[in-house]
Amino acid sequence: MNWPSLRKSNGGPPSSNGRIIEMNNVRKVYDTGKVRVEALRGIDLSVAEGEFVAVVGPSGSGKSTLLNLLGCLDTPTDGRYLLAGDPVADLDRDGLAEIRNRRVGFVFQNFNLLPQLTALENVEMPLLFGGVGGRKRRERARDLLERVGLGDRLEHKPTELSGGQMQRVAVARALAMDPAVILADEPTGNLDTTSGVDVLTLLSELWRQGSTLVVVTHDPALAERAQRVVEIRDGLVVADSRNGSTSH
Amino acid sequence: MTGLGMTLRQLLRDLATQKLRTFLTAFGIVWGTVAVSLLLAFGEGLHRQQTKSMAGLGDRIVIAWPSRTSKAFEGIGRGRRIRLSEADIEFLQARVPGITGISSEYSDNFKVKYGDKVRAVDVSGVSPVFGVMRNMIPQAGGRFIDPIDMEQRRRVVFVGNEIATDLFGKENPVGKEIMMHGSPFLVIGVLKAKDQDSNYSGRDSGKMTIPATTFRALTGQKYMDNFIYKAAHPELNKGLTKLIIAALGRRHHFDPTDDQAVQVWDTTDMFAFFDAFMLGFKVFLGLMGVLTLIVGGIGVSNIMNVVVDERTKEIGIKMALGARQRLILTQFLLETMALTGIGGAIGLGISLAICVGASHLGLQEFVGNPVLSPHVAAFTAGVLGVIGFLAGYFPARDAARLDPVVAMKL
Ligand SMILES: Nc1ncnc2c1ncn2[C@@H]1O[C@H](COP(=O)(O)OP(=O)(O)O)[C@@H](O)[C@H]1O
Ligand SMILES: [Mg+2]
Repeated sequence: MNWPSLRKSNGGPPSSNGRIIEMNNVRKVYDTGKVRVEALRGIDLSVAEGEFVAVVGPSGSGKSTLLNLLGCLDTPTDGRYLLAGDPVADLDRDGLAEIRNRRVGFVFQNFNLLPQLTALENVEMPLLFGGVGGRKRRERARDLLERVGLGDRLEHKPTELSGGQMQRVAVARALAMDPAVILADEPTGNLDTTSGVDVLTLLSELWRQGSTLVVVTHDPALAERAQRVVEIRDGLVVADSRNGSTSH
Repeated sequence: MTGLGMTLRQLLRDLATQKLRTFLTAFGIVWGTVAVSLLLAFGEGLHRQQTKSMAGLGDRIVIAWPSRTSKAFEGIGRGRRIRLSEADIEFLQARVPGITGISSEYSDNFKVKYGDKVRAVDVSGVSPVFGVMRNMIPQAGGRFIDPIDMEQRRRVVFVGNEIATDLFGKENPVGKEIMMHGSPFLVIGVLKAKDQDSNYSGRDSGKMTIPATTFRALTGQKYMDNFIYKAAHPELNKGLTKLIIAALGRRHHFDPTDDQAVQVWDTTDMFAFFDAFMLGFKVFLGLMGVLTLIVGGIGVSNIMNVVVDERTKEIGIKMALGARQRLILTQFLLETMALTGIGGAIGLGISLAICVGASHLGLQEFVGNPVLSPHVAAFTAGVLGVIGFLAGYFPARDAARLDPVVAMKL
């Protein structure tokens, strides 16, 4: 794949020391009134710039909860979280929206594309929210779709695309605002093997280009490609190991 | 705001893809608008028509007929005839304050000839002020009787529009000479067509009017058939009537409480009753309209609630991608406003079409032509706008307050 660099340098502020993610003793309690679930019971995790981390663990162990907290889609009950050196706890709704828009790119298991919009418009969304002007927005969205191999599917609606293609649109969308970290929650979970491999290859390429990735997965093939594997059980990190071949 | 074009494009596409929903919402608003504006338009049309018809008789005048006494007074038995002449009018003008217009009226039926056409026509002899008081407006190119006609007893005649058409056909009557009661008369004006729902000696459109002085000279009639007068304000008519009857009673020796000696018809009563009636009627129509709008508004807001539920996932996704709360609210508001605006415009269009259609049905004389007033239109649009705003705002705000994860899972 001919793969021109998508990203400029995204080195965080000096205080980050090259750490994109810094979590200390983070807890998350779901309290629905009747049931009280402690999904995360004190997570310590730090991810450096340029790392490719796979998060594994049995179903219900808290992987998605962790990723949602990392992406500021949800807020922790307790603990400290620095994203690119900035504490997230004090931010208001608009502040969190801005973080989601600029600092993180999210890829979901079920794609979460807007069904009434074309592929191009879906990729334009974060750019629109980030205040990027019309012409620039379309150019950037087109570039990104070309780079994930969908240059000939710009005007297609999600229903007119295969699962693998939809997930590639989602990856292009995650890259739109040139985020500090890409978070993917079981990105191949809804795909057949071939499409899964496609998306995997795409993510690996991104990493090779310098992106920081945190990917939740059940897929051993994906975990194998990652530089580092973090295992979660019952809301706690139980293992954190580096794979043998760590060269970029 | 950047991306307004994209937002609008999305909005149009959403409206187009959600056809049933769009249709239902728009239908509610169209229905509400049509109901409110038509109700008020027909009410206003009816009021105007009735007022106009009533004014055909005169602009809040009092009409008085000298008649017979019904009470004994100062030793004279009842049943005595009261006769009034021009001297009595002069007496009233000199002695009774507050008369802003007064005219005697002499009436008879004369044979009128033009060319080989002969007609029996009701003719009145009156003063110049009679024209304004009885709303006898001349068509362009003509005039009513003036003071010089009166002073010089000119043989001039002002003709009703229908009798004019009957006698003259397509010719212009003004300047033509007709024979009336054996004397030549010059036509000086033709009545501008008017609606008239009440009269006391035939409708003005079929009558002819000449100066009172000429009438008396022509017939030798000394006593008037009736007279009309008015005060500066309609509310003052009652008091003025009391003064006039009292003054005439003193002069002609009849009991001032005798309501038969000079019989009086105060046309203001009719207006007062009608104004009160119409006010009540309009309030009723307005209430119906407002209720209709409220019901429509509830419908619209329910639909908006459903829409927001249906699209909470979409809101969640947008928030996950970094959309701010305000943007999401704006989008929903724009959508609701567009729906209300379009629905309102269609509704007003339909109402307008119905109004135009109704005016071709020939019912004007009975119920008038509906009048779609700008006020009603603005009011309706305003109420709809507010309803649309509220209907869109609250559900959208609730949705935008959710955490993105929660919204996406719903
Ligand atoms: N919104 C929620 N409300 C209540 N409990 C939740 C909610 N989301 C997740 N949980 C619970 O938290 C635990 C962790 O869930 P999750 O993070 O989705 O696990 P995983 O992604 O590893 O399968 C589970 O027990 C799940 O039932
Ligand atoms: Mg999960």
